Amino acid sequence: MTPISPHKPAHLCLLQSSLSYSHLAPSNPFLILAYDKIAVASHRLEPMRKGKRKKKPSPGSSQRERESQSHLLEQKENPNKNPHSFTERERHCDFCLERETKNDAVKMFRNQYDTDVTTWSPAGRLFQVEYAMEAVKQGSAAIGLRSKTHVVLACVNKANSELSSHQKKIFKVDDHIGVAIAGLTADGRVLSRYMRSEAINYNYTYESPLPVGRLVVQLADKAQVCTQRSWKRPYGVGLLVGGLDESGAHLYYNCPSGNYFEYQAFAIGSRSQAAKTYLERRFENFTGSTREDLIKDALIATRETLQGEKLRSSICTIAVVGVGEPFHILDQDTVQKLIDAFEIVQDEAPAAEPDAGAEPAAAAEEGEGSGAGADQAAVPEPDVAPMDI
Amino acid sequence: MESNQSKPGLLCNPEGSQRTLYPYVTGTSVVALKYKDGILMAADMGGSYGSTLRYKSVERMKPIGKHSLLGASGEISDFQELLHYLDELILYDNMWDDGNSLGPKEVHNYLTRVMYNRRNKFDPLWNSLVLGGVKKGQKYLGMVSMIGVNFEDNHVATGFGNHLARPILRDEWHENLTFEEGVKLLEKCMRVLLYRDRSAVNKLQISKITEEGVTISQPYSLKTFWGFSAFENPTLGAEGSW
Repeated sequence: MTPISPHKPAHLCLLQSSLSYSHLAPSNPFLILAYDKIAVASHRLEPMRKGKRKKKPSPGSSQRERESQSHLLEQKENPNKNPHSFTERERHCDFCLERETKNDAVKMFRNQYDTDVTTWSPAGRLFQVEYAMEAVKQGSAAIGLRSKTHVVLACVNKANSELSSHQKKIFKVDDHIGVAIAGLTADGRVLSRYMRSEAINYNYTYESPLPVGRLVVQLADKAQVCTQRSWKRPYGVGLLVGGLDESGAHLYYNCPSGNYFEYQAFAIGSRSQAAKTYLERRFENFTGSTREDLIKDALIATRETLQGEKLRSSICTIAVVGVGEPFHILDQDTVQKLIDAFEIVQDEAPAAEPDAGAEPAAAAEEGEGSGAGADQAAVPEPDVAPMDI
Repeated sequence: MESNQSKPGLLCNPEGSQRTLYPYVTGTSVVALKYKDGILMAADMGGSYGSTLRYKSVERMKPIGKHSLLGASGEISDFQELLHYLDELILYDNMWDDGNSLGPKEVHNYLTRVMYNRRNKFDPLWNSLVLGGVKKGQKYLGMVSMIGVNFEDNHVATGFGNHLARPILRDEWHENLTFEEGVKLLEKCMRVLLYRDRSAVNKLQISKITEEGVTISQPYSLKTFWGFSAFENPTLGAEGSW
């Protein structure tokens, strides 16, 4: 992962930020950014008047220069500062975290309120919890979709090297519940064990399957506890829980903050935005989808997150649960056959991906214009020239 | 209810033990069967204190949640304790407020766990329970004994009912009894019990549970017939007896 060029204008960083300090300073983005910097810098420069603003810089002065100044200042004053801070890999300056991919760029600044989870910031935020949610975004993608009767979970399995095996990201919790994780897989493994134990205990007492909604609430409460104890840290894993209960099929997302939401379809992890965009276009049809269509949509959404890389069954995992069908992970051959059979071609999305998916089987590459709306492979038309990259 | 494990001294000393040794105020049989729309259950309203028919208005059948009906024979105070547990169970279930609810199968299993657990501590709840209910069109009828034996069947009975009522039910029960047929069959069983069980009283309730809900009838009495010729002159063959 190469660091972003340091010449990216500072105010553009802000515009992509999820923070909004616009209520604190007037229109000039330089001023807004400066407040952030000064708030941190003043902490270093004037330790006695903690947090007090020194003065607003004049708009003409160089942002970069000031940044580098305070950067140097910080190094000088705190020689013991841990060089392996959380932001080390992705930062381009000591103060902020900026992720490398354009799609998911967000800027989070280091500040004096982010040391432990039991400290509020003056803006009413718990930074450690937010950092934990960042950890989820670092993990490889996981996608879930549901219809009335089925839930499909899909994830991208990246191995560290060719020699090693893939990270296990989908866990069966019970015959009717499964979970896909993104983020710190060790945390995910521990939480899956908890979920399995809860499901078994419920079954032992009531001889009936644990309703998914209740499991999810228990998980969320467990995550919340970790946001309110000084000796704990939040779980760094996002869970997509899919399952069946007497009111039908459900898909939930549990995040490290202790919140949970129900979804028709969702994607988490790195480059999940591409998958979400695809799902947003298609989700209205999901309720009535057949099982096969749902799996196909999951595969296409997975392919979206790969951004040009070829979709093979060795790098993705699909799991299904449905009415009359216990939760199980599809084996590699089945998945590869499904990928081949669907003959996924480029649909009307603008060519972010250069190749038409580079799928095997049909050589039917449609031009952008004629491809509008068509998901199915058309018969290869000899008169239409293949798309030029 | 304290656990006996925490008081080893008391356990060794029988007088000081706080576990159930014998029942005191007991109810007699409960009989139940599945019919077309749900479950029918009958129990009399007697609470015996040993051989005295002491209490004559004891309700031994109670609705549990939306979907179940529980009838109990044996120690009445233990039955009340169980109702307390179940109250809490149903309350927590409702508090989830999520469209899921505990059905008769779940309640039956919960009761089995409770009864078995207590039996393992040598401190049983001295009851035989009948649990019936309907959920989503599925009828369920089961029984749990005081030692945790549980099973499901189309018709069940407790206590003397096992010996007197079940043979009748085995002969005459069939699928899709109508309500009237079911009531008649139950009354036949209860009448036999009234004649032959010394702890039965002639004041009973019949309750039904269907998808719509639970109805427990007002107490009423069965007609009995004592005009047998052998009763006219009972001492005919035995001079001096009475």
